Amino acid sequence: MYASGKYSSRGPALIPRMKTKHRIYYITLFSVVLLGLIATGMFQFWPHSIESAADWTLDKRSVHDAPLVRLPVSSPIPERGDLSCRMHTCFDVYRCGYNPKNRIKVYIYPLQKFVDELGVPISSTGLSREYNDLLSAISDSNFYTDDVTRACLFIPSIDVLNQNSLRIRETAQALTMLPRWDKGMNHLLFNMLPGGPPDYNTALDVPRDRALLAGGGFSTWTYRQGYDVSIPVYSPLSADVELPERQPRHYFILSSQTAIHREYRAELERLKEENGEALLLLDKCSNLSQGVASARKRCYKGQVYDYPQILQESSFCVVLRGARLGQAALSDVLQAGCVPVILADSYILPFSEVLDWKRASVVIPEEKLSEMYTILKSIPHRQVEEMQRQARWFWEAYFSSMKAIGLTTLQIINDRIYPYAARTYEQWNNPPLAVKIVNSPLFLPLIPPRAPGFTAVVLTYDRVESLFRVITEISKVPSLAKLLVVWNNQNKSPPEESLWPKIGVPLKVVRTKENKLSNRFFPYDEIETEAVLAIDDDIIMLTSDELQFGYEVWREFPDRLVGYPGRLHLWDHEMGKWKYESEWTNEVSMVLTGAAFYHKYFNYLYTYKMPGDIKNWVDAHMNCEDIAMNFLVANITGKAPIKVTPRKKFKCPECTAIDGLSLDQTHMVERSECINKFASVFGTMPLKVVEHRADPVLYKDDFPEKLKSFPNIGSL
Amino acid sequence: MQAKKRYLILLSAGACLVLLFYLGGVQLPAASRSRHDRSRNGYRPDQPWPHFSDPLHLFLPWDQTDTEEYNLHISPRHKRDVNTSVYKGKRCRMDSCFDFSLCQKNGFKVYVYPQQKGEKISESYQNILSTIEGSRFYTSDPGQACLFVLSLDTLDRDQLSPQYVHNLKTKVQNLPLWNDGRNHLIFNLYSGTWPDYTEDLGFDIGQAMLAKASISTENVRPNFDVSIPLFSKEHPRTGGERGYLKYNSIPPFRKYMLVFKGKRYLTGIGSDTRNALHHVHNAEDVVLLTTCKHGKDWQKHKDARCDKDNAEYDKYDYKEMLHNSTFCLVPRGRRLGSFRFLEALQAACVPVMLSNGWELPFSEIIDWNTAAVIGDERLLLQIPTTVRSIHQDKILSLRQQTQFLWEAYFSSVEKIVLTTLEIIQDRVFEHGSRSSLMWNSHPGGLFALPQYSGYLGDFPFYYATLGIKPYPKFTAVIHAVSPLVSQSQPILKLLVAVAKSQYCAQIIVLWNCDKPLPAKHRWPATSVPVIVIEGENKVMSSRFLPYETIVTDAVLSLDEDTVLSTTEVDFAFTVWQSFPERIVGYPARSHFWDSNKERWGYTSKWTNDYSMVLTGAAIYHRYYHYLYTNYLPTSLKSMVDQLANCEDILMNFLVSAVTKLPPIKVTQKKQYKETMMGQSSRASRWADPDHFAQRQTCMNKFASWFGAMPLVHSQMRLDPVLFKDQVSILRKKYRDIERL
Repeated sequence: MYASGKYSSRGPALIPRMKTKHRIYYITLFSVVLLGLIATGMFQFWPHSIESAADWTLDKRSVHDAPLVRLPVSSPIPERGDLSCRMHTCFDVYRCGYNPKNRIKVYIYPLQKFVDELGVPISSTGLSREYNDLLSAISDSNFYTDDVTRACLFIPSIDVLNQNSLRIRETAQALTMLPRWDKGMNHLLFNMLPGGPPDYNTALDVPRDRALLAGGGFSTWTYRQGYDVSIPVYSPLSADVELPERQPRHYFILSSQTAIHREYRAELERLKEENGEALLLLDKCSNLSQGVASARKRCYKGQVYDYPQILQESSFCVVLRGARLGQAALSDVLQAGCVPVILADSYILPFSEVLDWKRASVVIPEEKLSEMYTILKSIPHRQVEEMQRQARWFWEAYFSSMKAIGLTTLQIINDRIYPYAARTYEQWNNPPLAVKIVNSPLFLPLIPPRAPGFTAVVLTYDRVESLFRVITEISKVPSLAKLLVVWNNQNKSPPEESLWPKIGVPLKVVRTKENKLSNRFFPYDEIETEAVLAIDDDIIMLTSDELQFGYEVWREFPDRLVGYPGRLHLWDHEMGKWKYESEWTNEVSMVLTGAAFYHKYFNYLYTYKMPGDIKNWVDAHMNCEDIAMNFLVANITGKAPIKVTPRKKFKCPECTAIDGLSLDQTHMVERSECINKFASVFGTMPLKVVEHRADPVLYKDDFPEKLKSFPNIGSL
Repeated sequence: MQAKKRYLILLSAGACLVLLFYLGGVQLPAASRSRHDRSRNGYRPDQPWPHFSDPLHLFLPWDQTDTEEYNLHISPRHKRDVNTSVYKGKRCRMDSCFDFSLCQKNGFKVYVYPQQKGEKISESYQNILSTIEGSRFYTSDPGQACLFVLSLDTLDRDQLSPQYVHNLKTKVQNLPLWNDGRNHLIFNLYSGTWPDYTEDLGFDIGQAMLAKASISTENVRPNFDVSIPLFSKEHPRTGGERGYLKYNSIPPFRKYMLVFKGKRYLTGIGSDTRNALHHVHNAEDVVLLTTCKHGKDWQKHKDARCDKDNAEYDKYDYKEMLHNSTFCLVPRGRRLGSFRFLEALQAACVPVMLSNGWELPFSEIIDWNTAAVIGDERLLLQIPTTVRSIHQDKILSLRQQTQFLWEAYFSSVEKIVLTTLEIIQDRVFEHGSRSSLMWNSHPGGLFALPQYSGYLGDFPFYYATLGIKPYPKFTAVIHAVSPLVSQSQPILKLLVAVAKSQYCAQIIVLWNCDKPLPAKHRWPATSVPVIVIEGENKVMSSRFLPYETIVTDAVLSLDEDTVLSTTEVDFAFTVWQSFPERIVGYPARSHFWDSNKERWGYTSKWTNDYSMVLTGAAIYHRYYHYLYTNYLPTSLKSMVDQLANCEDILMNFLVSAVTKLPPIKVTQKKQYKETMMGQSSRASRWADPDHFAQRQTCMNKFASWFGAMPLVHSQMRLDPVLFKDQVSILRKKYRDIERL
């Protein structure tokens, strides 16, 4: 819990000196220790840069310091691994337990050097650079625990990434020597290159009991769905090469793998003959010696190309199976933003449990290699572009480093253990794009029944007379279910019950603690309908037909603001900023909430999820709460509000014009400021401009008025 | 006083120290000492992974990369053959047990064996078979088939059941096309029997695929079998009820948090979890009830809890709980799946799964985490805490998703069967299959056909998800049926008016007239290209063919006698851009239920609402052309062609079935064709007195194929913002609209 040990000691301990009695001294000391503990605890929330990385390098640790463990010849060998293992049969979920953070705890065994009785190590390479990177990444992550008793998942430090460097039997014996092995329960092994000549099995050959395997070349026959994790084969080129800019893609299809079986190469040659320049078919360069240099070059008829840079010049890149199903080339191809064309029958694609590969790759059966060109040609150009972006994003997020691979694997296992807190499809698959993607919280196409009606919420301060008129008017609307008066005046009590107008629906008065505009948008429990009509205490001009019709329109668009007077935002080219427009224009991007229907969900959203300080700002300025609501709804739904009926004026005819012109102008300036402020807080301009309004079907038609559902509509 | 001082000192000292910690990184003596001890040891087992300073090897040495792969001697073709011969039976996969070549030539066609005399077939299985036979996948020629479905009822393989078919083994083996079950699909709902309820079907299925309910993760062959939901005999064949969710209440909690009401088996498997439910029951918001009453002799086996449980059980009504609970527990029964799952889904009661190892229905394509809570039987006692910890926003979304999934894949036998077939088709043509997004978002995989395009932006449904907008121009398609005789014919005026629209990309004249094409010069000169296509069979449905020449997302569909001004076209198109998934247009019609005749009625009278916008002057997404042509059955399309009528109604049915929403009528348009009857001397189809009666018939025929009435009423139309307002006409952008 306390990471006290983690933090460096750069200075001598400071003991506070005080000229006071001993007793006080002790109490102080005690409190100091206590505060210190709290402080160190809080350190965990401090940015991690404080944790000095230099500290460890100073220590000069070496893998050679790892303790030696000698494996007796007779030490037991685990069972091969049960193909029927699933999380609910072979994984002990009790070790993970209930956890408010819904995060598994992962323990890493300390590095040991295993040798057989003759002193020969079990692995020819020992700890590889990649496995070391993987383990340090996990130990730096918030999955890590150093407390073996609290761990849910155990990761051996025995490196089995490449089976070829392993002595199978001895490695298996070493696994059983792990103190918590317990038939491999809750143990996770990482392997990228399984199998060996001549058969090249598709899963690690080391017997491993019930251990989970994060494997890099699973076939559908070895992969235990929902138990194992299919991971990519890391490409060491990733660390060396950066492929930042995209050049024009000259080639349509590129094949750049060097070890392609001659049958397939012949097939590719044939395709090349048929389609000429669209295909580039590379092989390794015969004149170069093996090693890094050779890995970075490819040749075609004596012409030398840089690899992996050449991948950027093609739209599609072939990733054919080799001896193994998993190919490091896949990683290079994704990095170059080239769409992989995967030909590896029965291959389980990396992280396919969570990644939607259909959006980033084309999978073609090996048998159809000859049809590859035709198949790829049929893909729409815009889709190819999107796949390229998606491919590149997959690489960045999940392939680019051992850290990415390791943490993705842990997240997948974590998602299985806490499925109700799992990352969503969108979180896994949607790249952080510049364009705004909306996922409306009210996404189900639904026209709610008329019956529950709506709740009118009237915000009032002290205009009792006007309020009573509003109440009387609204009470005539057939679908009104309840009237809620939000009494925003703390200095004055609402009138006695007997003085209120008698209406046919329940009337409730809520008294607020502070005179704030946001009180009108609070999701009061008293609002039992999903439809809310927000209305000011001076809006008496709306007819019952207009209001009822507004409600009917809202039912057809329950995820939008449906209101009467419309407003517009405009870009002021001279000033280079947004401007508020209340003129009667042909366009609408906001409706005023002085009279508007909306879903109660937006009350909840306004009160608890308003971005930045907008809510407080509105309360402090006593203005723009309606603009804020329009921003909020448009931002989350990506949709414009609906203006209903021709109604444009909001001031009642008999109200005296106390608001002079000058006051009006400052008001407009302030509202323009609001738009600019909100746009900067939202980081975008979410408002959508439309040119339509909703009228009753027979509005202004030459038709008997008495047969119209909503005859009394029409004044401005 | 003394105490006050002491506290003050304490507080300030503490504060100083905290500050020092943050600013100077001062360490506690105790902590730093322990650190030193450890580091002196050299190796500290309880520490994070150390940063090693020595150079480490690469896991894959550079020289190994190539040589390795050159060891590959076995021909890949040979390897494939080996796989095919080795991986059989329980290890079947598409790669080893499915013959893809059968699907190459004719596409994904499904053959159903002819029903043999004397073979009893249950109603559910009959529904499955007739769904397939009525679908666009069906072929009666086994030579064309890619997939084969038995006419032998395999749904109930419980030997104790009256539906159980005997001697299935021999019957299956004797089928002429059986071929060890290759490319066969077997449907099953129940397998095994008391006491252990195994998943064995009691006959050798060979290499056949299983579409099976209650299949376990251990037994399901990934991407080969299909897990289907358990459905009852009463499950409707088509259409099906809609979900029960009518509105999204806020906060999204219902009367109960979590409910369950079901049997507790006293003998045999399946009750471990149910036996423990009473620990979690609190009789308030978590109501988990079990009864011991089942079978004849339950009293023989009854335990100490039975009487108490039974009494509590009788106090609550299952339906009432189902409709008033936020979450519904779905524990395993005798088998892994239960009816309860679909019941909860329909009732918008978020299922809490307690059935370890159940491969959830259609899990290959459905992301169940978005509509259900996957619990673990081993952690039963944590379930209440878990569901209480789920955020309100998540509940709101889970609940809506239950409704989407129910209506998209489960509400009828037809949907279940078609989903199964589409899943298999996606596997067969993997490079042209649906992405997870298409399956898991509205309108779902049955309405989003990947053969149309692999690019989501080509569909009308995903603009918001992709953050893009439809292409800002339209293609006009004018349906021409009368010969061009005079230069004052409406079609020519229409052509000119449409071509003037700033949003018009091109005009296609579909020449469905028996007379030969008029000479090119007879068409007026326009600034946009006019393409004349001669209709192939001159049938009605050809106006909705997905012509490749339509390059824009929007199609403006027009009759030859439509009168429309440029302003009207412009305005309709700007409205469509806000509603690209709907039909947006001028001529509105309505439907109603005629309770006297007990059938649907069609009306063209002026009404206060409408449910159709006719395609004589309407804009919609070009995807609907594809859907009309490829999704609808031949029976409906040929009816339209024979009558030369109702194509517009059918299009409205289709689009509303997809969107579940009404079309959008824009502004008022005085010209109602059906009221113009007799006015025109031309032999217009609108003048035919049978015309109207046919449309009534069409409505009912369509409704019966869709299994329900998909049309939805709307009470509003969309007008320009300043429409008919008393403001200066100069202010108005669409001023011509008012002059009509």
